[in-house]
Amino acid sequence: MSGKSRVARQALPGSVEEFMACAYAMEVEAAERYAELADQMDTHHNREVAGLFAKLARIEGKHRDQILARMGWEHGPDAAVFRWETPEGPETTDYGELHYLMQPYHALRLAEHNERRAAEFFERFAAAPVPEDVRAAAREMAEEEREHVRLIQEWLARVPPPEPGWDEDMDPPAVAD
Amino acid sequence: MNETAVALAPAGYKSEVKPVWCPGCGDFGVVNALSKAFAKLALRPEDIAVVSGIGCSSRIPAYMSSYGFHGVHGRALAAGTGLKIARPDLTVVVTGGDGDGYSIGGNHFLHACRRNVDMTYVVMDNRVYGMTKGQPSPTTEPDWDSKLSPDGTGLREFQPMVIALASGANFVARGFTGDPNGLAEILVEAMRHPGFSFVEVLSPCVTFRPEQKEWKKLVQEDAFTPTADAKEAAGRLMHDTGFDLGVLYAGGRAPYAPRGPRAERPVEELERRFVL
Ligand SMILES: Cc1ncc(C[n+]2csc(CCOP(=O)(O)OP(=O)(O)O)c2C)c(N)n1
Ligand code: SF4
Repeated sequence: MSGKSRVARQALPGSVEEFMACAYAMEVEAAERYAELADQMDTHHNREVAGLFAKLARIEGKHRDQILARMGWEHGPDAAVFRWETPEGPETTDYGELHYLMQPYHALRLAEHNERRAAEFFERFAAAPVPEDVRAAAREMAEEEREHVRLIQEWLARVPPPEPGWDEDMDPPAVAD
Repeated sequence: MNETAVALAPAGYKSEVKPVWCPGCGDFGVVNALSKAFAKLALRPEDIAVVSGIGCSSRIPAYMSSYGFHGVHGRALAAGTGLKIARPDLTVVVTGGDGDGYSIGGNHFLHACRRNVDMTYVVMDNRVYGMTKGQPSPTTEPDWDSKLSPDGTGLREFQPMVIALASGANFVARGFTGDPNGLAEILVEAMRHPGFSFVEVLSPCVTFRPEQKEWKKLVQEDAFTPTADAKEAAGRLMHDTGFDLGVLYAGGRAPYAPRGPRAERPVEELERRFVL
């Protein structure tokens, strides 16, 4: 959001637990959103992109569970109304980015954007005045996210980019130009 | 409001019905924010009623696991008011669009503010009639040029927050669907505040107003400083950009309370009285 920036509500984490709670909230939000986007595409019979979003939801769900396992947490901390500096978590797709005619290429570009933001988010923590163990955990998470960026890019290379006019509908809903 | 210690996750407030909205529609953000707000307040789904009129936005009750009433166009507030008076124990959230609430339902809006019944009214404002394919609404900009309004309507926009404040709403705020977490916080405050709470939600219609995708660049987070002084709030609205977010006003008017003893009648008697 480029308007008045949100007051930084996220205090810098003072412990690895606090840091991982933040990472956990990020993965939860990202996984839930991908699942929701899969449903939206499914409702509009865009099965291919629905399947891709569902796969991304599963991948983020796996990352969420990895955090639980690493921390030995049975349940994650409450992520219901987690306030970020940005409107939503750094790995969460903005609802407004969807189009009912979008193609797998578009969905993967969104995923790439999200992974990149997540990496930058952790890199900021790694560079902040936080305890050394938090910095190490942040560096590790940032590296993981960079690896995800690379994986998504490889995936993207296997997907054809959209033809011009991909969003033209022969039977458009809009009567208002 | 019944805030009880039931630790339901936000997903527990969503129904099994998948929304049929266009992918990218802002209204998804309201389902998201409402479910987070209900979770934050630890409300039981059976203690909540989501009431609506007609429109894309008014489909919300079907998507929540609480009680719901998908009513008649423009009459959501009338139904919600009746429900809250009959069942004061319920948390009543009335929902709908700018067409539903300010055109056909405009008069109900004024009087709901004036009556100050303890409920929350969430208007998903996309400055268009989405469901009926893109006609201008009362909040549409005068120069919005479309096939259905060539050269624009030339009409000044309706000012919902000004009207709400002037008509007696006890809580007035604005949120944005692109920030569901921020909206959830506003909704929590709105539901907690006694009396009639009005929340204007900027909710882009990506199909008929695709240019509204740019709203995320225009909104100003936490732009309002909440006040209990209606005069101060009115002054603040004089330089509102239309994209200023946050709680504008949280007043101290006592909510409407029915006078005299409640007339408890058996359902059978009511049924008899309504037979034509
Ligand atoms: C009595 C009556 N008049 C007109 C209509 C047609 N109608 C259905 S929805 C609607 C307006 C919807 O616009 P809005 O309330 O802004 O909701 P949106 O679809 O944009 O969410 C109208 C005029 C109707 N259903 N009932
Ligand atoms: S027409 Fe507009 S308001 Fe209706 S579902 Fe589509 S995007 Fe949303």
